[in-house]
Amino acid sequence: MSAAATHVETDVLIIGSGGAGMYAAIEAARAGCSVLLADRSLIGRGGATVMAQMTVAVALGSETPDHWSFHYNDTLEAGRGLCDERLARLLCEEGPACIREMENWGIGWARKDGRITQAFAPGHDRPRCVYVDFLNTGPAVSKTLRGAVTRSKGIRKAGDLVVVDLVQAGGEVTGAVAWHMSSGAPVTIAAKATIVATGGLTRLYRRNSASANMGGDGYALALRAGAPLIDMEFVQFFPIGHLAPRLIGMDPIMWDPFRYKLGGRLLNSEGEEFTARYGVSEEGRYVTTRDVATYAIVKEVEAGRGSPHGGAYLSFEHCSESALRQAFGPVIDRLANNQIDLTRMPIEVAPIAHYHMGGVIADERMATEVAGLFVAGEAVGGANGANRLSGNAITEALVFGRRAGRSAAERVKRMPTHPFGAEAARPTIDLIAASGDGDDLNTAAMIERLQATMADDVGPLRTQARLARALAAIDEMTRTLGARPMGDNKPFDLRRLDWFDLRNMLLVARAVTMSALARGESRGAHQREDLPGMLSQWRLNQVARLESGGLALTPAPVVTPAAAQ
Amino acid sequence: MTSIANLKIWRGESADAGRWEHYEVPFEPGQSVLDGLRWIRTTRDPSLAIRFSCINANACKECMIELDGTTVYACTARLAAREMTLTPLSNKRLVRDLVTEIAPPAERFVK
Repeated sequence: MSAAATHVETDVLIIGSGGAGMYAAIEAARAGCSVLLADRSLIGRGGATVMAQMTVAVALGSETPDHWSFHYNDTLEAGRGLCDERLARLLCEEGPACIREMENWGIGWARKDGRITQAFAPGHDRPRCVYVDFLNTGPAVSKTLRGAVTRSKGIRKAGDLVVVDLVQAGGEVTGAVAWHMSSGAPVTIAAKATIVATGGLTRLYRRNSASANMGGDGYALALRAGAPLIDMEFVQFFPIGHLAPRLIGMDPIMWDPFRYKLGGRLLNSEGEEFTARYGVSEEGRYVTTRDVATYAIVKEVEAGRGSPHGGAYLSFEHCSESALRQAFGPVIDRLANNQIDLTRMPIEVAPIAHYHMGGVIADERMATEVAGLFVAGEAVGGANGANRLSGNAITEALVFGRRAGRSAAERVKRMPTHPFGAEAARPTIDLIAASGDGDDLNTAAMIERLQATMADDVGPLRTQARLARALAAIDEMTRTLGARPMGDNKPFDLRRLDWFDLRNMLLVARAVTMSALARGESRGAHQREDLPGMLSQWRLNQVARLESGGLALTPAPVVTPAAAQ
Repeated sequence: MTSIANLKIWRGESADAGRWEHYEVPFEPGQSVLDGLRWIRTTRDPSLAIRFSCINANACKECMIELDGTTVYACTARLAAREMTLTPLSNKRLVRDLVTEIAPPAERFVK
């Protein structure tokens, strides 16, 4: 049985059209390449970029003198000793150029007295974060890049295209096989260079701040193509994700900008500002880093001092209506539509899966260990170590995207023909056409079950017993899922999409859980209740590879400029 | 304080051969229509087709459908304790159930 597949060719295939993917497309097209910009959802709408509320960290020195090396020092400090220093340096050093280019493309960074405004965020040594008002940074970045993509020559855009597997020939990645959701048909794509820009894995968790299409696709694609991952145990929880009352039409990480501009008080059920108990005295200022704040809130809830829905209170009751309006304008009306009046009531917040520090191993060119395969944005592992500094995510999307586009174009110039191996694509084409026999399996419910397992047992606070229980649940779900997708193979079959998603999510969840089980200490976003404290012998990264016997972990020394020589 | 919304949903793969399906969806005040559709998928029928990415932020703009004949975002329309009729956008090509072809022509995959 062999299904027919539609075949297309491109110089550069980019998987994912968030900030990193779009910047990579613009840069590769600028170098003269043809580009296929593919996304499983609409172009430039899903993913994490569009969800960003405010801060983009960059040493512009617009209001306060600054230098990329200060930003770099803060990034390494936040990363608790595990940053890949080459990648962290690249992020900080090239950030200003990308931010200025975005300004030239018309993004409209917030300004005061003619200068671009830079806000202070926890972990930075000075005000460093540019933004677009009000809570509009992500949509503005996406819109600006969509415009620049449209003005570029040679970029084809393809939404509803779900990449199922990368294709290899002669040990190199030569393209991909995709499932076109709105027709149900398989598609093969020959590419001289492929860039994975699929973002992170926050969808593995019940409460998360990213889009429903961020289930770790790129990590699974890379693993199956032989490219290793790093630091998979480090999932960043955003400490003050919205919890209650029910609030619609807003992103759950919206309270961060409120804290940047207005301070706010983080309180337990006894009305006490509790972060001092965990080593950071706030007194109305927003200075607690994400790993510490997450730990503090979870511990307060455990101690019986949580809010009614199981989080903490965040109060702006000390702010006047006019101060709130000046800072957030129309957002105050949107809150009123949800029956929220910040001058009269606190809201409830709790940690929410937000970002993944781990990811695909790449060098400064964004090249992975497999020729032909590049990576960009959150999909890259290592730049942020064990804990990401506020504001570094959009910066890395732009910087790493630009660099990946450039590197892909350099490879394309060296390749006169497409080495696509049609035979290597065949198993995935057949998988897309196959029909499994699990029609009684509720795939959407299984995704919720996996999310519950990860949230309860592989969340911010971990123990050996809980991690082992999670691994057993992942084993059981992997067996239940089976080897062939269920569904009817007609257009927009969500059972089939869930199946392909679970195939990726279960593999990536296993990588996270195994890495967390193996790390014998607590560091940054990885907190082991049974192994408290950071140990100097664990100042190392863990590398995950997919081998014939399954996932294998090995330790690796932290990459420093000296070690990279 | 749980209430029940009666969702009457148009389902089908071609515009001239559809059917109505009815679901009783429990909800807490403040919940969205998209919350209800996701509840149907996990507890009743995972094959119900709906397009969405961002779930709650109204950032992706993908979840446009018609509610009682008016275009809404499913993520910002709220569930109510009454019959609510959900149909795909009438001015877009139907893909399946509540999913229509909403991408601009230049952003669709074509060979």
